[in-house]
Amino acid sequence: MTNYTPTALAGRRLPNRWDGVALLLVMGLLVALVEVGRSTISAPITMVQNTPIHLDPAYLPYYALRSTARMFAALFFSLLFTLTYATLAAKSRRAGMVLIPILDILQSVPILGFLTFTTVFFLGLFPGKVMGAELASVFVIFTSQAWNMAFSFYQSLTTLPIDLQEASRSFRLSPWQKFWRLDVPFAMPGLVWNTMLSMSGGWFFVVASEAVTVGNTTFTLPGIGSYVATALQQENLKAIFYAIIAMLVVILLYDQLLFRPLVAWSAKFRFETTAAASGPEPWMLKVLRRTALFQDIGDVISNAMRAVTRLRLSLPARHQVDESREPSKIVDGIWFAAIALVAAYAAYKIVQFVSGTLHWSDVGTAVLMGSFTLLRVMVLMVVAALIWVPIGVWIGLRPKATRIAQPIAQFLAAFPANLLFPPVVLAIVYFHVAPDIWLTPLMLIGTQWYVLFNVIAGAAAFPGDMKEAVANFHVRGWLWWRKVMIPGILPYFITGALTASGGAWNASIVAEVASWGSTNLAAHGLGAYIAQATAAGDTPRVVLGVVVMSGFVILVNRILWRPLYAYATRRTTLG
Amino acid sequence: MDQNITQPLVTVRNCRQAYHKEASADFVVLDDVDLTLHEGEIVALLGRSGSGKSTLLRIVSGLLKPTSGEVKWRGKELKGPAEGVAMVFQSFALFPWLTVQENVELGLEALGVKTDEREERSEEAIDLIGLGGYDTAYPKELSGGMRQRVGLARALVVHPDLLLMDEPFSALDVLTAETLRTDLIDLWMDKKLPVKSILIVTHNIEEAVLLSDRILVFSSNPGRVAHELTVPFPHPRNRYDPAFREMVDNIYGIMTRRAPKEVQAAPAVPTGFATPLHPVGTNLMAGLLETLHNPPYDGRADLPALAAALQYEVDELLPLGETLSMLGFAVLEEGDLILTETGKRFAEAETEDRKEIFAAQIKAHVPLINAIRAVIDQRSNHRASAVRFRDELEDHMSPEYAEETLRTVISWGRYAEIFEYDEEAQQFGLEEEDEEEEA
Repeated sequence: MTNYTPTALAGRRLPNRWDGVALLLVMGLLVALVEVGRSTISAPITMVQNTPIHLDPAYLPYYALRSTARMFAALFFSLLFTLTYATLAAKSRRAGMVLIPILDILQSVPILGFLTFTTVFFLGLFPGKVMGAELASVFVIFTSQAWNMAFSFYQSLTTLPIDLQEASRSFRLSPWQKFWRLDVPFAMPGLVWNTMLSMSGGWFFVVASEAVTVGNTTFTLPGIGSYVATALQQENLKAIFYAIIAMLVVILLYDQLLFRPLVAWSAKFRFETTAAASGPEPWMLKVLRRTALFQDIGDVISNAMRAVTRLRLSLPARHQVDESREPSKIVDGIWFAAIALVAAYAAYKIVQFVSGTLHWSDVGTAVLMGSFTLLRVMVLMVVAALIWVPIGVWIGLRPKATRIAQPIAQFLAAFPANLLFPPVVLAIVYFHVAPDIWLTPLMLIGTQWYVLFNVIAGAAAFPGDMKEAVANFHVRGWLWWRKVMIPGILPYFITGALTASGGAWNASIVAEVASWGSTNLAAHGLGAYIAQATAAGDTPRVVLGVVVMSGFVILVNRILWRPLYAYATRRTTLG
Repeated sequence: MDQNITQPLVTVRNCRQAYHKEASADFVVLDDVDLTLHEGEIVALLGRSGSGKSTLLRIVSGLLKPTSGEVKWRGKELKGPAEGVAMVFQSFALFPWLTVQENVELGLEALGVKTDEREERSEEAIDLIGLGGYDTAYPKELSGGMRQRVGLARALVVHPDLLLMDEPFSALDVLTAETLRTDLIDLWMDKKLPVKSILIVTHNIEEAVLLSDRILVFSSNPGRVAHELTVPFPHPRNRYDPAFREMVDNIYGIMTRRAPKEVQAAPAVPTGFATPLHPVGTNLMAGLLETLHNPPYDGRADLPALAAALQYEVDELLPLGETLSMLGFAVLEEGDLILTETGKRFAEAETEDRKEIFAAQIKAHVPLINAIRAVIDQRSNHRASAVRFRDELEDHMSPEYAEETLRTVISWGRYAEIFEYDEEAQQFGLEEEDEEEEA
């Protein structure tokens, strides 16, 4: 399977002043959302209609359909966001200076932390209407998808091959034509891969965002997530089992009908000069490509697309590069001043927002809680590495096993782990064990698969001649791990571990608190802190928790993962 | 064609291209270049890599604005890529996700040509260039030669007045390149090419003599037009014709004659420290010295013959010869490479002795090596950061050359065991035994 550098690993290494500015801007925006939401509230938001959820499995196909529809609505907005935001950031130096750090922060903010802000905002926009709740849910899914898609698109735009850019300019393509002829196709493989990863990750948030309680506001939208929430309340284990089956079917369909065909199709856009050996064509793609009916439909769509993308839509474009032209210092100055002003205002608003209810000791509490969660994540990563690295390497070195295990691992990564929480919670309640320890593994149930399938990919990509050399010199045992295999899979492992740990931070918000009927379990940690503040409608504490968690994630990424990844790729590649 | 009456297609006057450097003087790529291009001629820009010939091509194409100087296209000032100019790229620059036909139609789409006409014209160009039957293939399914044919068809389909070719055949193997050259000249002679003039950039002397009516020979650092030659032979030309050979030899002479002068001039400059070095490996040097020492050369070789025997382009052989002559292993003279006494000793020596000879030569002729070693010795921890040397080099040359020069010095210094280098830390250091000696 193709391996792309995860977007959080690319780029600058150490936190700098732009990160601070971006953090202020992002948080300021969130606070603004809450304020706008509150100010437009005309009716008490407790009036939101709650669709009753039926636990009869006959309703499940309908619920599954509704959940999937939400997913695709979010995907549509994510694509729209990607094509505009990333393009602006790549084409304008000044915009890029602000937009890219913001994106970097956004992808480190725990997605479920957004719930509070967006719920208040959208319910405020559409008081008493289901529409508001639907949009709030779609927005949460959007936030789980958009950032890495936009990042991937931006990275592609900044690494366009120079000769193709020159060809486009010398044949005088208009910016619109160049966008569709060069920019989008070049970015396609990375974008498709990231979109698919986003969607896989997105199921988790679909489930988590359908049944939400923020303070005294509760909404339940028809969907699998609400079905599970209702089942939990009613202590109906059978219903949870049905939901798991339904979700498995949905993911299987998504995997077979969408994920595999799309990824295989996007290989066409890969920028390489030699025809690479590709795996077998997914059956769905075969059907689409070989069936006359689908071909006709495809032709109609692609002709329409071409007609649109061929339009010149001329804007005055600069085709000539002038090396001696330097950006105006004055405009730069005004621009920096404007950013500084907005950031200062955002800082002021944030302080104003939290100062009424928060004290410095709250910051201490949040950081302490964050340290607990950090400890959990780290322990989990070590455990996951100890379990999955040997298994992954064993599988990866055997092509037959790889072919079977790799798709399963990817499939499991897409499965929303929150559906699997109830059995664990039930066990903790039953055996009376400490939630501080036993709730912890839940954080990694969903994301450990990233470690597994990346390690498998790494071991499978290990060069054959090196394997032969190692066998020839009788390198075995601990020496083999230390000098051969671990360095060989290191970049892959780090890619997987980063994704897994990022996912674990996110999952902590739902994994550190759990309930079964009227029994509530909570572990000590930042996730629980945010979850409890959300449930209590205590927005200032949610802001604080989200800021602290983002800070932790950013610091860990910058201080641990990025340097490690840079080191691993530098050390383990020849030339 | 009477060139006095027709207006020239392109005129370039006093063209200068420099990259601004904050620390010191600008780095000049092209200096005071003049060029006039008329209808009906093929002109070659011949020079070594880094002589600015590709830069000049981009200036003529309108892709790049020169730092100063005047560029006119059909008598009007050039502001951006002009209609009537099309370019063929060294790397082909094909869009891998477009079929052959879609690639060819690209320029027409940009012009807003209607579908029917577009298909007709692309079909015509595809057939002309011998690509018929490949319309629906993707570039990655084609061989290098076929890909460059697509590049050519894509440029011709817009019926440009001026065809610009940037080292169009240098990425192809020898036989394929020859076929494409012959096809191009045949079409040109039969007046089947819908172009009025061709400007071709190349570093291959034979290619320039084979194709063009006029050759501008560029010198490097900064790029200037050193010579202008008219090629008097009618097409089709014969490579083995004595007059043809003589002209090739003559150009070899011109290109090598200038080179030693530059190298000799270098020590006179106070900052001989910052002479750009060619990235020539020690194995390659040793191999060439042995070849020179052994029969049939026995210490003296004619460069064109040597290039042909080793299957090297002049662009590859000249830096090698220059490096050997800079280090005192050989002398370049009128297109010949002659082994010196030191060179002979080196060729006959064993591995360890070779290292010693090499160390002595680079210490004598490469000030940068001594500068690095001096800094290492001064420091109590016997370590020196590579960054400062890179910065100093960048004051005198482009960042790419600085990087290349530093890489070369590191590789030479390691081979001669003058210092060690730690890539992770980007630091020079001493071998442990040396360090003990120092202490």
